Amino acid sequence: MSLVSIRGLAVAFDGVAALRGVDIDIPRGGALGMVGESGCGKSVTWLAALGLLPSRARVTGSVMLDGQELLAAPAPALDRVRGGRIAMIFQDPASSLNPVHRLGKQVAEALRMHRGMAGAAARAEAKRLFDQVGIPDAARRLDAYPHELSGGQNQRVMIAMALAGQPELLVADEPTTALDVTIQAQILHLLNRLRRETGMALVLISHDLGVVSETCEDVAVMYAGRIVEQATADALFAAPTHPYTQGLLAALPPIDGPRRRLAAIPGGVPEPWAMPRGCAFAPRCAHRHGHCDAEAPAHHPVAQQHSAACVLATRELVAA
Amino acid sequence: MLRFIATRFARALVTIVMVVTFAFVVLRLSGDPALLIMSVDAPPEAIAAFRQAWGLDEPLWQQYLKYFGAIVQGDLGRSMRDGRDAIVLVTERIPATLALTLPALAIKLGIGIPAGVYAALHRNSLTDRLVMTTAVLGFTVPSFVLGLLLVLVFAVQLGWLPSGGQGTWRHAILPVITLGVGGAAVLARFTRSAMLEVLGQPYIRTASAKGVPWRLVVRGHALPNAAIPTVTIVGFMVGSLIAGAVVVESVFSWPGVGRLLVVAVANRDLAVVQCILLLVAATMVTSNLVVDLLYGALDPRLRQMRAGGAH
Repeated sequence: MSLVSIRGLAVAFDGVAALRGVDIDIPRGGALGMVGESGCGKSVTWLAALGLLPSRARVTGSVMLDGQELLAAPAPALDRVRGGRIAMIFQDPASSLNPVHRLGKQVAEALRMHRGMAGAAARAEAKRLFDQVGIPDAARRLDAYPHELSGGQNQRVMIAMALAGQPELLVADEPTTALDVTIQAQILHLLNRLRRETGMALVLISHDLGVVSETCEDVAVMYAGRIVEQATADALFAAPTHPYTQGLLAALPPIDGPRRRLAAIPGGVPEPWAMPRGCAFAPRCAHRHGHCDAEAPAHHPVAQQHSAACVLATRELVAA
Repeated sequence: MLRFIATRFARALVTIVMVVTFAFVVLRLSGDPALLIMSVDAPPEAIAAFRQAWGLDEPLWQQYLKYFGAIVQGDLGRSMRDGRDAIVLVTERIPATLALTLPALAIKLGIGIPAGVYAALHRNSLTDRLVMTTAVLGFTVPSFVLGLLLVLVFAVQLGWLPSGGQGTWRHAILPVITLGVGGAAVLARFTRSAMLEVLGQPYIRTASAKGVPWRLVVRGHALPNAAIPTVTIVGFMVGSLIAGAVVVESVFSWPGVGRLLVVAVANRDLAVVQCILLLVAATMVTSNLVVDLLYGALDPRLRQMRAGGAH
């Protein structure tokens, strides 16, 4: 059984759909990368799953954690899940930490919530966590404030804080986007190492296919509030099926071979309040035909653990 | 940090000196106390003698130097009306004023801040709208209008409370409410917007994401941050404890510092007016200084900036 199983998750803000039916399964210890451009719903998926969206958001569908439904869960149950079983870190570490509290105190708060630790024990554990995520001079950093640390160090603090509850799943929402490239690599290595050490599952949300493929076995590509293709990272790179995925890969610069002009996908993402009735990508798609405008395509299996929400997928299956 | 306090203190002194100087000049240029106190029909010799006795015949700069020299030695001059020390006249009025402004401050804080926090936490709810509509009403209605309205209803119509004067605690109820309502309204609006600003910050989401119950997120994460801007407004309110009741004291004929000021200005009782203004400037400046120090206690970023500046 999956650790987390999301079915038909949809989110609407003031009646405008931001997420339009998402299915995700996260196996224990698995790593799923979620890619897509900003606004495609990859962050909203997890904020909705954990009940972190503002109250004006209307969330429907189902999010099961080990057979426990999270969407209908009462607040105390949800508080135990957040940080205790599913932890989340965010894009901008500097503003994601409270500016008026010492870092050690912020980590200790998670320790108190989920492991009942306080005082010297909490401080010792916080120091151990700081060491584990590679914060130099950990003992002194416990007494520092967020503004005294660099972005990369603050993200390490966020990760330490996320680890404090010994979660089974860590959702990292664009954890490296606000950081320098060299620091990005360090943080990704850290996440990989922590996964190996703790056996926790990882969801890595990114707009960067390269970042995701380095860290995750599985990748889900999102477009306009839906997952349009899901596969292992290898399969996705080897045989992208959805024209949007193909477009994303064509837009990546090749590391070897001749220099070429990068291919851009023409057009733009449709606005959420003007979503086409059929496939949301159809207006930009080179392979568009009659079927595409009639109804939104369902997911079709392309191969083992590889599916795409595109009529092309059915044709390739037939051809195979 | 010491250097920070020292510079702030020096600046506060400069502010006070400027207020005192300004008051001195304006008062002396805007009317002749001799004519007001002795009356216009008094014989010219008497007026001349009065002027000489109070040093009003000397050039302005000489008067100013004398006045300033006296202040430095702690002498704030005497009232031209009854010859008593101005500082005594003023200080004996302070308890009466504080009897109004302190309970009013308690109302402002006790109602304004919780109402603002509640409204922010229930944004766009019916209660939020109700609180904010009341708040707009509360600070748009001038205090003399509200005061007269309260008198009309509770003293004249219902006869529950006295309409003015000082005697029992019942006399204080209407003026205290009049003073408190406006401040509570301002504070409610300000606290609400400060809270909304803070509640939208990513670190609030982080706190929720790590499993902190909402009530503790509000108390431990939102309130300490929202307190930083709110302290400014509260500082102003504390600073106006002495002089904030001029209008209300006049409406309710309450014998406090505010009414003394009105009477003293009308009579051009120079020493008394100057003494009150000096006191007002001193309380305002002191409370500003305290606010500045509080900022440092509340905001580690600021604290460090100051510590850095002191090296």
